[in-house]
Amino acid sequence: MSELNIAATIENLNDVMTFVTSILEEMSCPVKEQMTIEIAVEEMFVNVAHYAYTTKTGMVRIKCLPLDNNKAVEISFEDEGVPFNPLAKEDPDTTLSVEERPIGGLGIYMVKKSMDNVYYEYKDGKNFFRMRKNISA
Amino acid sequence: MTITKEQNGTALTIFLSGRLDTTTAPELESEIKTCLADIKELTFHFGNLEYISSAGLRVIMAAQKIMSKQGSMCVINASEEVKEIFEVTGFSSIIDIK
Repeated sequence: MSELNIAATIENLNDVMTFVTSILEEMSCPVKEQMTIEIAVEEMFVNVAHYAYTTKTGMVRIKCLPLDNNKAVEISFEDEGVPFNPLAKEDPDTTLSVEERPIGGLGIYMVKKSMDNVYYEYKDGKNFFRMRKNISA
Repeated sequence: MTITKEQNGTALTIFLSGRLDTTTAPELESEIKTCLADIKELTFHFGNLEYISSAGLRVIMAAQKIMSKQGSMCVINASEEVKEIFEVTGFSSIIDIK
């Protein structure tokens, strides 16, 4: 299993993406799935940086594990910030008009829609989030 | 990400190439805050856009809100992958994607 232990700051986003994409490329993940996985990884990492560590910077441990002969991948995030359950956020109404729609709030929704399984728990002072994506090809 | 602009009277085309993500979206956001004042037709050319995350969608939505009031906006040459993101988020029903 590959693991990255890194400070949860936006400046480190590129390093996180490089870590994940190198594994996805080794798995020969198709472009379409790779982009949705990258989007989900960016969203979760930025969430930890923004919400779990609001006043101080902390570390996040990211694990990326190919499964079932590269037919799926499981990525998890563990941090010691304040409890933050990304899945508790209500889904945005994607049928509203331009005037009515808020500008943001799509990130977590995209994660929920594009991943095949998402899981969150707060345990022993840590946020733990895990997502799984099945890969077609 | 690279942002290139081409203006023809009140029509502006913004060419994006590379990755529109949390680190690069603020650049585009400051562009649209400053360059849309007299624009009636805004086109985003996504031909070389490789990736868009929710931070990027946020800026596209902000631009659409401005252009809905003062003219029109469309997105052209987006890849199939980017188009799918527009579908999932319901953007394809409110943004003109050609």
